[in-house]
Amino acid sequence: MSAVAPANPPVSSWRDFWRQLRRSPLAVAGGALLVALYLLALLAPFLAPYAESDIDRHRFFHPPTPLHVVDAQGRWQAPFVYGTRAGRDQSYERDASQRYRLQLFPRGARYRLFGLIPCDRHLFGVDRPGRIFLLGADDTGRDVWTRLLYGSQVSLTVGLVGIAISFSLGLLLGGVSGYFGGWVDTLIMRSTELLLSIPGLYLIVALRGVFPLTLPSQQTYLAIVAILSFIGWASLARVIRGMVLSLRRAEFVLAAEAMGASSLRIIVRHILPNTLSFTIVAATVAVPGYILGEVFLSFLGVGVQPPAASWGNMLNAARSERVLTSFPWMLLAPGLAIFLTVMAFNFFGDGLRDALDPRKSPSPSGGGQA
Amino acid sequence: MELRRPVRQAPGAEELRTYLLRRLLQTIPLLLGISALTFVLLQLAPGDFLATMAENPQVSPAALEAMRHRFGLDQPWWAQYLLYLKNVFLHLDFGESFSRHQPVFTVLRTGLANTLLLACAAAVVTWALAIPLGVVAAVRQYGWPDRALSFLAFFSLSVPEVLSGLLLLWLAASTGWFPVGGMRHLDHDLFGPLQRLGDTLRHLVLPALTVGLIPLAGRMRQMRSSLLDVLRLDYVTTARAKGLSESQVVVGHALRNALNPMITLFGFTLGSLVSGSFVAETIFSWPGLGSLTLEALNTQDQYLVMGSVLMASLVLIAGNLVADVLLAVADPRIRHA
Repeated sequence: MSAVAPANPPVSSWRDFWRQLRRSPLAVAGGALLVALYLLALLAPFLAPYAESDIDRHRFFHPPTPLHVVDAQGRWQAPFVYGTRAGRDQSYERDASQRYRLQLFPRGARYRLFGLIPCDRHLFGVDRPGRIFLLGADDTGRDVWTRLLYGSQVSLTVGLVGIAISFSLGLLLGGVSGYFGGWVDTLIMRSTELLLSIPGLYLIVALRGVFPLTLPSQQTYLAIVAILSFIGWASLARVIRGMVLSLRRAEFVLAAEAMGASSLRIIVRHILPNTLSFTIVAATVAVPGYILGEVFLSFLGVGVQPPAASWGNMLNAARSERVLTSFPWMLLAPGLAIFLTVMAFNFFGDGLRDALDPRKSPSPSGGGQA
Repeated sequence: MELRRPVRQAPGAEELRTYLLRRLLQTIPLLLGISALTFVLLQLAPGDFLATMAENPQVSPAALEAMRHRFGLDQPWWAQYLLYLKNVFLHLDFGESFSRHQPVFTVLRTGLANTLLLACAAAVVTWALAIPLGVVAAVRQYGWPDRALSFLAFFSLSVPEVLSGLLLLWLAASTGWFPVGGMRHLDHDLFGPLQRLGDTLRHLVLPALTVGLIPLAGRMRQMRSSLLDVLRLDYVTTARAKGLSESQVVVGHALRNALNPMITLFGFTLGSLVSGSFVAETIFSWPGLGSLTLEALNTQDQYLVMGSVLMASLVLIAGNLVADVLLAVADPRIRHA
């Protein structure tokens, strides 16, 4: 029995997995985009030229400032931006007499890099009183690019934290349900049915009602994670239960039982690892749902509240008719960020699924799966 | 595979009735569970929900006490739950909406009707687009329409509803082709009947498009693969062999059977459309269940929140029930399971 295993099956299967994953260009692009997005979130205070809620009372709804390399006389210059004068009705005109050179690593607002290292250098910026708004300014003159970066810290991490909690719950409860059966199984499965038969967004809002409407932003964050995790475990638990049911009588489980391992140990150490590849794919595909959950709540004005930034409350600031028609960058910036994030997760998740599913024949180009 | 055959035959009808009854009975504990959950949430919500009323000087202490008694707030929690159940299931009394000073059921009825209208319109959008596009993709498999549609479907999966809704709102605001929100024109009541219908339809277009686009990609792909499956069958080859034109083969012979699995999906879609209409309702100020729920949350009107959650769940469960029954009608094997 002991000499059956071929040489290092786990290593070769992982290597095989990587080879499969790299073969799909969409998966690679999705993965790279995800790495880039999370790096942007991690380095947000450094990459942002301003502080999160740096208000400029003279530049409400300032349009994006173009970066110039050729001056009015047609001479090449180091990158610079022109100053602007406020015109009538929230319009701005270029003031060609004022030029601000783009500075690399200027001093600016103080922050803590990674929440630890005190720092006041930013990647780029322009000298005061000039302003650089790469993606325009919002209704209180805050830099949209800056808020997009700070918002990504909320929106992107909600997905990961939420997945971590709800998948731990789902794995454990699904495992317990399938392993023990009986009334425990009935109770857990009925609970999942209950959660799944309430339309998701209604349940989110109902659960939001459990918490006070106005909360400090940290607690709002925790409340959102709690709400999304409370809902998210159910569908996973059902699938895991099915997988555990099929493994419960497997020889390695019986062996562990005979050796006197505790039930919890058998579930966590012996059975659940066998569901790993499925869980990884399911988690990757589920992350956008959590991100959109936060976007949804903040968009409705019951999630993360300004002055703290999140992609959801940035969309909320863009939803009025006047803003949409006159200041479209307010919609396009967070909208594009959300689209790219969801797309990256979808691509990467699809690639993972194909790479981890041995039954599927390797197909070099995606999109053909019926 | 033929849709109507099981209903016509007496034994099949018998089985179907038993199946339907069993499925109906299964929903009862589910509804009880949902009502219990909503009740627990009601209890967990911060503050006594009569607290806001107590602050209102126009409400007399006696009226407050009467209210307290009516909802059983002076009794232990289990008695409160039983009272809530009794009121909901026997009298359709979901409590009182404190912000609107109306019974919750009255408020919900209008909201539900509007949401169902939106969901049905969205279903029309989805199916009216999904079926022809799926057919085109299947008939021209791997041709350029198929590739273009796959590509579009693939990308549309990454466009969340909040985004597509706001983009459509932007379209409405910048072109003026469609109203930017609400359900009726200000002068709606002065219009003639035809004008009223047109007015409501005009208001319906963008929200319905927003909701209907969500399941479109999935449904289109399903229609495509369903038709591809049928086109491989022998009877289609026979039809071709006897010299029918390709369009006659597809429309007259293959399509009917290819639509079969799609019909069963319809019920499931209805449920998801109700959930999906939440976002569109808030973006386009459509006065449905979603808008109501949000308003109720913001005014701390807990009975209204719970009532609308219960209503929305009811629609979802009903949709799933319809789907299961349609599946049982289409596929006799289900009934014996």
